[in-house]
Amino acid sequence: MTSSTQLRPRGRLVLSAGRFTATISPRGVAIGLIGLVAVIAVAVVSIGYGSFTIAPGDVVATLLGGGTTAQKLIVLDLRLPRILVALLVGAALAVSGALTQTFARNPLASPDVLGVNRGASLGAVAVIVLGGSGAAGVPLAALGGALVTAAAVYLLAWRRGVDGYRLVLIGVGVGEIVNAGVSWFLIRAEIVDAARATIWLNGSVAGAEWAQARPLALALVVLLPLAVATAFTLQALQFGDDVARSLGVRLRWAQLAVVLTAVALAAAAVAAAGPIEFVALVVPQIALRLCGGSRPPLIVSAVLGALLVAGADLVARVALPGRELPVGLVTAILGAPYLLWLLIRTNRRNT
Amino acid sequence: MVTLRLARPAPVAHRRGWTLIGLMAAVAVAVVLSLSIGAQTLSPAEIWHALTAPDPSAPATAIIRELRLPRTILGVLAGLALGGAGALMQGHTRNPLADPGLLGISAGASFCVVIAIQYGVGSLTGYIWFAFAGALLASLAVFGVAAGARGGPTPVTLALAGVAMSALLSSFTQSLLLTDDASLNVFRFWVVGSISGRGSDVSAQVAPFIAIGLVLALVNAPALNALGLGEDVARALGQRILPARIVGVAAIVLLAGAATAACGPIIFLGLIVPHLARRLTGPDHRWLIPCSALAGAVLLLIADTLGRVVLRPAELQTGIVLAAVGAPFFIALVRRRAGAVTL
Repeated sequence: MTSSTQLRPRGRLVLSAGRFTATISPRGVAIGLIGLVAVIAVAVVSIGYGSFTIAPGDVVATLLGGGTTAQKLIVLDLRLPRILVALLVGAALAVSGALTQTFARNPLASPDVLGVNRGASLGAVAVIVLGGSGAAGVPLAALGGALVTAAAVYLLAWRRGVDGYRLVLIGVGVGEIVNAGVSWFLIRAEIVDAARATIWLNGSVAGAEWAQARPLALALVVLLPLAVATAFTLQALQFGDDVARSLGVRLRWAQLAVVLTAVALAAAAVAAAGPIEFVALVVPQIALRLCGGSRPPLIVSAVLGALLVAGADLVARVALPGRELPVGLVTAILGAPYLLWLLIRTNRRNT
Repeated sequence: MVTLRLARPAPVAHRRGWTLIGLMAAVAVAVVLSLSIGAQTLSPAEIWHALTAPDPSAPATAIIRELRLPRTILGVLAGLALGGAGALMQGHTRNPLADPGLLGISAGASFCVVIAIQYGVGSLTGYIWFAFAGALLASLAVFGVAAGARGGPTPVTLALAGVAMSALLSSFTQSLLLTDDASLNVFRFWVVGSISGRGSDVSAQVAPFIAIGLVLALVNAPALNALGLGEDVARALGQRILPARIVGVAAIVLLAGAATAACGPIIFLGLIVPHLARRLTGPDHRWLIPCSALAGAVLLLIADTLGRVVLRPAELQTGIVLAAVGAPFFIALVRRRAGAVTL
């Protein structure tokens, strides 16, 4: 290539170092930064809000190591883990959704088509209904259900390689079987257990502690860089398997890496907070419509996902005095109208 | 004249004719099975007798005329409706993951049924009009948003608007249920989907809507073939896009709305059946839609009949059987064909 400027996509900056080249969209960077500021603002307000109100200035001081003993207890031990779980779950689900939608080349694909949420739901509901309602039992059962179901989907879809389209269809089929299992458990359960299961199925970060926040944070520290590292592969995969192969992508390994990362991210999130499926579906599409481009941007998706779930959690605590809504419900109530508005407003051509 | 080269040569016309006839025969067999199998198995002779020369004192007459006939008729109607609506929906969104519920139909119906439950409407027949109204309003809203988007109701805007609306409505539904265990107790049985326990009046109420829906679906088929080539090509072929979309969406709403109102959301049927039917007929919607409708009826009746047998004397809800039996079948089918598949 004689001149890289000739090939530069409109509205993007090209960075290159040796043989590696990346393009960056200033618009995406701006949206990401605005989102990040909003995330921090929501987190500070959310930590300050509660039966014992703490001013934003004191919250920041406490987070940075100051504050009184009481403030430290409330901020660091009680409220911070919950906010962290909300932020991390949002980021994990959004990135997982962006990966799946690009891989499957389908805006309706979410980690759920890989069986993650439904598998997790079956595991959790089975444990709730069959009795072992220990605190550790439900998240572990959810994690196990998610991973087993996703593995089953991948293996069933394997036929001398995995085709994105076949994977998605098989995932839908497996998901329906698992879903029937959930319905069956809900019908044969005592109504008390069915109600408890329904609460879990709506997704919630209430009562999250460091015990949930730590493993989730660890998972994300490993998985998010992996997801970003697959970006080149994704760039190629969006044109179809044959084009990707001819661009030099080692297709099987690339696909496996993308799918594994997406599944692991979603499974970590669902084990911590229950199935908040909507984030994975809608946030990548919102990010895509805000930033432009041909596929959902990963980092902006992560920021917006964190913002949506943390914001929804704040609304869930504030909306009804004396009682909390499950964050999964509020996520949809906040996110869905925004996507609808974006759809009407955006002049991007989507054919 | 434009000739289209398909990836796989389309089955020749007379073979598709036989497919259609074969599916009709399969519906007939499924109807007989549905009438005869249950807690008490009846012979074809007894069925014939109960239908032609009813003897009020014979138990078989009561079983057939009061229980199994209404149930079977509803099964045929709902199966036709969901199978046909599924083919239309996947055609209009050009998305293999689209099901008839995607327009917000099942979410809208569920929301209104929960409201009906909370206002003390106690019977399945009472829910019908609530469910139908919910399905209608939700899908109108979805279509309105998609049509309002720049570029009109394209496949992607339709699908995304449907997803967003469905999520919004089911959040409202769930928030109502969270505060109210009594409603949850009723709702959890409705939401599984079943054709049992509905009287013949239910079929009579939804039949006209399904009939009109099926006619509209068949009328829409040629336009859908053109739209399948992409909107620009379709426009160049002289197809008017918006009227075709409106007819298609109206048919989907009538079919899936009526079926959901009568049976609860058995939406999964509309997702898998078009994939099965496409194997038999190829992508031509003039054949795909009728075959998909018939296959839907066969599958729904078989699932319902199986549900009466597996847990005898208890019954397993049709929706659950359908997923447990239909999904593995669907998976096997998807696995059998190598390489990429397109709509």
